[in-house]
Amino acid sequence: MSTQPVNYLETSELVLNMGPQHPSTHGVLRLVLKLDGERVKAVECIIGYLHRGVEKIGENRTYTQFAPYVDRMDYVSAVANGLGYCLAVEKLIGVEAPARAQMVRVALAELNRISSHLLWLGTHALDIGAMTALFYCMREREEVLKIFENYCGARLTTHAFRIGGLQYDLHDTFEAEARAFCDMFEKRIDEYEQLLTKNPIWVERLRGVGVLTAEECKSFAVSGPMIRAAGVNWDLRRAQPYSGYEQFEFDVPVMHGADSYDRYLVRVEEMRQSVRIIRQTLGRIPGGAILAKVPKVLKPPAGEVYVSTEAPKGELGYYIVSDGSQHPYRLRVRPPSFMNLASLEKMAVGALVADVVAIIGTIDIVLGEVDR
Amino acid sequence: MEMAANSMLNTLKRWLLLDLLDGLWVTFKMQGTGNIATEQYPSDRPKVAERYRGAPRLNINPENNETLCIGCDLCAKACPENLIVVGTVRNKETRRLDLTTFTYDLSRCMFCGLCEDACPVDALELTQDFEMASYTREGLIWDRQMLEEGPRPTQYTR
Repeated sequence: MSTQPVNYLETSELVLNMGPQHPSTHGVLRLVLKLDGERVKAVECIIGYLHRGVEKIGENRTYTQFAPYVDRMDYVSAVANGLGYCLAVEKLIGVEAPARAQMVRVALAELNRISSHLLWLGTHALDIGAMTALFYCMREREEVLKIFENYCGARLTTHAFRIGGLQYDLHDTFEAEARAFCDMFEKRIDEYEQLLTKNPIWVERLRGVGVLTAEECKSFAVSGPMIRAAGVNWDLRRAQPYSGYEQFEFDVPVMHGADSYDRYLVRVEEMRQSVRIIRQTLGRIPGGAILAKVPKVLKPPAGEVYVSTEAPKGELGYYIVSDGSQHPYRLRVRPPSFMNLASLEKMAVGALVADVVAIIGTIDIVLGEVDR
Repeated sequence: MEMAANSMLNTLKRWLLLDLLDGLWVTFKMQGTGNIATEQYPSDRPKVAERYRGAPRLNINPENNETLCIGCDLCAKACPENLIVVGTVRNKETRRLDLTTFTYDLSRCMFCGLCEDACPVDALELTQDFEMASYTREGLIWDRQMLEEGPRPTQYTR
């Protein structure tokens, strides 16, 4: 018989590894959670499992050659990544894309925003336990990907844009496809809202979870739907219009709850606004050239440039330093997911383990972009 | 009074399984043949888009069966992964480059389409073929003959 007293009230902290193969970490994110019962005491975020050295690859490729690589960072919104990179290099060499190319870029970027938000909504709902929404979202996302495939021949890593404009002109059926999608999709958003917005489980799981106030958002350099859900009206499409966004009428949805539920509402409303922008492009796409005059061998003048665009997940910035040669001297990407993920600890400490899943979901990360 | 009526109605609804039928109606609505999304892949081949960027092909002139490639090496220079190797030899009579070998390493290809954009004579093209799997890594390194003939996947029929 052991003489050691049995302590039934053992209250030591439990260190739990979540990921890197956990399905709700959306890839290969690893979290080391320090738990006191169900409460999270501390979170350590370990990233880098998907590191491919994209920025270093950029230093060894010419400006044109690097364009396909940016698609592979945020592979859910490859078009938005390509747009940001092309705009940055165009600013560096002092070229502006023709009007037709700009309008097509906006249409495709907004379609991409919808597909990215759809994937987010589906997987987020799946994490929370609402499985139906995933199938509904994937069904509509398929329609967007079909449009991409018809336009440029690839569904995910599109490589749709080139420096100076577009490589592919619009296919004949683009307007019909996009219009059919818009007509269908507006009703489908109502369907998602019917499934989720008033769903008591959904509201209970998200309301008040992962609160990040406007001040905290700013101090963490959080951008995109997360900062807009905290009451800050900050959308780069409106604040620093690029690629002709100033011609379009759209609202920037702003909520004040600063929690996961409001981020959900902001993203759903953003999808509606994207449909609105796509509708405005249709029938208004001007004719003319699709590719500006860009030399075959790109040798930008020495200098540096920073261009940021509003990607579906937030501010996507490209900082390029040129030394006058064919290759960038330094290429730095400011990925929205990486910056937004930094606020995870702030949101998750004190929450329940189950809420950590909801909080990761609400940030909308893509590990390809976080690790690069 | 109203509440009692409501609960009566709810009980009746539950008895008659109205909610269940409501849900099943969605299921039955999807039974039509127009709603089938599943592709019976090996027997029914999916039709990919016209601009699909799939297996590369080195086009030959159908009139004289000679290659269209002029050996300019632009595709190899455009490729971000440096996976194209063009072998040429200078023809003494015509003073032109004659293509001898052409190697395309599909295992590293990311189908960005920069090589076909660079080709000045439309000799190299990414086609709609998508069945490129191989049991070995070497099988993915395509030589000139393979590029000209294209992949020959097993044909399955119903």
